[in-house]
Amino acid sequence: MNPLSVVARTVCNLFAWFLAVFGIYVIIHGHLTPGGGFQGGAVVATFMAFLLVAHGGKKMHSWVRKEIFTLMECVGLTVFITAGLLGMSKTFFFNFLAKSGGLFGAAVPIGPNAGALNTSGTIALMNLSVGLEVVGGLSMILLYMFSGAHPEEPFGREEAGHDR
Amino acid sequence: MKARIFFLVAALVVGGLLWGGLQSLHPFGIPNETPMDDYFITNAEGEAAANNVVTSIVFDYRGFDTLGEGAVLFTAVISVAALFRKRGHN
Repeated sequence: MNPLSVVARTVCNLFAWFLAVFGIYVIIHGHLTPGGGFQGGAVVATFMAFLLVAHGGKKMHSWVRKEIFTLMECVGLTVFITAGLLGMSKTFFFNFLAKSGGLFGAAVPIGPNAGALNTSGTIALMNLSVGLEVVGGLSMILLYMFSGAHPEEPFGREEAGHDR
Repeated sequence: MKARIFFLVAALVVGGLLWGGLQSLHPFGIPNETPMDDYFITNAEGEAAANNVVTSIVFDYRGFDTLGEGAVLFTAVISVAALFRKRGHN
């Protein structure tokens, strides 16, 4: 697929970064504000969609590799399951980090308050890992669907014949 | 024609039953059973140490459900990869 016109490319170049920043904000503040890993990850994945639609697969192939997103998805799901298993001394998905004083372990102020970022234990950790997983997974889906719809593009040809 | 009359009568009967069932719904925003909601509202901040009660339910009280959602996404990615892979892999 050819790149879109210079107007569309300029607009996508500009607004993709706003989308990325907003999505990362939604992921990081998942335990304080509405949203969370799934929603923020979907917003960050639109960053990839913007750049892929505006610039085409050839440019995208020179910028990123599929292995990065595979790694992101696997790391996200592994951290999520590990954080659930580490509280196994009480129950599966026990919040062992909450109020422990360490990472994400500060005491939470009760009642209406502005919120502190370093609270909520495994909830914040799981938010980050799920956000990473959703970013990787949705970007992988985008790249695979693009390579399926445009087999002549570099993203569609990179794996051809490596086991012949 | 006969079928049309039959379906009209059937639609009226089903619609009447649905309307009758709607009459016994409790009003919007006033649930019948509230102990679980009250428990989450009073205890979620202290127990899960998160200001966002919805997130503490999604990732702490019902973390297993979220694990399933992550598995669903993983399976979706794998199936898309299997669908759009290149030919020549036997």
